[in-house]
Amino acid sequence: MALIGAALLRDLRLVARRKTEVLAVLVFFLVVTSLFPLAVGPESTTLSRIGPGVIWVAALLSTLLGLGRLFSADYADGTLEQMSLAPSPLITMILGKITAHWIVCGLPLVVLSPLVGLQYGLPDEALAVTALTLLMGTPILSALGAIGAALTLGVRGGGALIGLMVLPLYSPVLIFGSGAVSAVISAVPIAGHLYLMAAMLIVTLVLGPLACVYAIRIALE
Amino acid sequence: MESIEQRRWMRFASPAEFYPLAGRLVPVFIAVAIITAVIGIGVGFFVAPTDATQGEAYRIIYLHVPVSWMSMFIYLVMGFWAAIGLIMQTRLSFMMVHALAPTGAWMAFLSLWTGAFWGKPTWGTWWVWDARLTSELILLFLYLAIIALSAAIEDKRRSDRACALLTLVGVVNIPIIYFSVIWWNTLHQGASISFSKAPTMATTMLWGIVLMTVGFWAYTVAISLLRCRVEILERETESDWIRPHLRQRAP
Repeated sequence: MALIGAALLRDLRLVARRKTEVLAVLVFFLVVTSLFPLAVGPESTTLSRIGPGVIWVAALLSTLLGLGRLFSADYADGTLEQMSLAPSPLITMILGKITAHWIVCGLPLVVLSPLVGLQYGLPDEALAVTALTLLMGTPILSALGAIGAALTLGVRGGGALIGLMVLPLYSPVLIFGSGAVSAVISAVPIAGHLYLMAAMLIVTLVLGPLACVYAIRIALE
Repeated sequence: MESIEQRRWMRFASPAEFYPLAGRLVPVFIAVAIITAVIGIGVGFFVAPTDATQGEAYRIIYLHVPVSWMSMFIYLVMGFWAAIGLIMQTRLSFMMVHALAPTGAWMAFLSLWTGAFWGKPTWGTWWVWDARLTSELILLFLYLAIIALSAAIEDKRRSDRACALLTLVGVVNIPIIYFSVIWWNTLHQGASISFSKAPTMATTMLWGIVLMTVGFWAYTVAISLLRCRVEILERETESDWIRPHLRQRAP
């Protein structure tokens, strides 16, 4: 636990030294969500119907942006190799790094989502559900994405490749995340969505980091 | 006794043993593929009756259903070889994953393509966001991701294992994707086309599909064994055992 914390703090400190990278992710999220009204028109009925989906797709793309950075710097300067040789299990470091990625690229989206939801004219309870599903969904995105990031370490053109690998795997999260928001707008019970998201969250948090460690070992060989 | 039997099979995990075996098997499977496909098309187009509701348009079923089955089956086979490769560290298993992926992608693409041709006359549209179509599309994306990853990593050993891991992650995810897409589809009430095959399918229709499936299966085996042989040739040019095979062909 202490090791996870140490890795987490180290990554957060690194991010704090280069604030623009984090801010770029957040601004990207806002820009993408602002583009859709320009494309489909300002009618409030259309916007409130596509709002949940747009917010979720933008969240998927924004977390994707941070993934390239997740291990690459540590891989390039050899830190990752030292971590894998350290007596403490590599998975603690990985868990710390994934958590850091979530705090930097996932959590801010949860906080910002009600603001974007307001712009799309979502009702109040939908705003709360958007934030809640993002809170449950973004850790899944970070943990699944970390596998893609580890597999493409040091690969040329890795950025687009991560998207190609990870986005199809994200589709269940997208379905249930935006589905829950759409359901609450049409006054349908959402408990089923939330339970399924919770199940996916648990499974991904247990298996994802294991696969990620394996992928990093493959990359380091 | 059992251990000897086992060892006899394990022998073929070595590329040197596998290469000539695959060379002997390829013509057999090509012959099976051609014979069953010719008979299957014959049955499908000339023997099987016209469908009562869909007319002649249904006959694309003899391509569509076999390629759809193969696209899913090939992914399972890739998952099997990926697991074997990661557990037993056999190079040949990774080469099989590598060899199967393009055929799998091709089958998934054909499934969508023939499905569109079938959908136009029967549903009146090229594409609906139906659960099966959507999950087939995602399957195609997964195949493309594996192919792209294997092409992007230059170090063969790393590329092999990375692709195997990605394949396994996909195997875990496919059921989740499949069921979530089904649920998404019923929730949205999008296309309310509930297409079910004729409950009492004529025996000749069934035979046509079975024969075509065997044909596509044999084609897949033949083409992936061929691709595997090419892969072995590319990777093992330095080894001694391969020289006689190379000289054989040289004029």
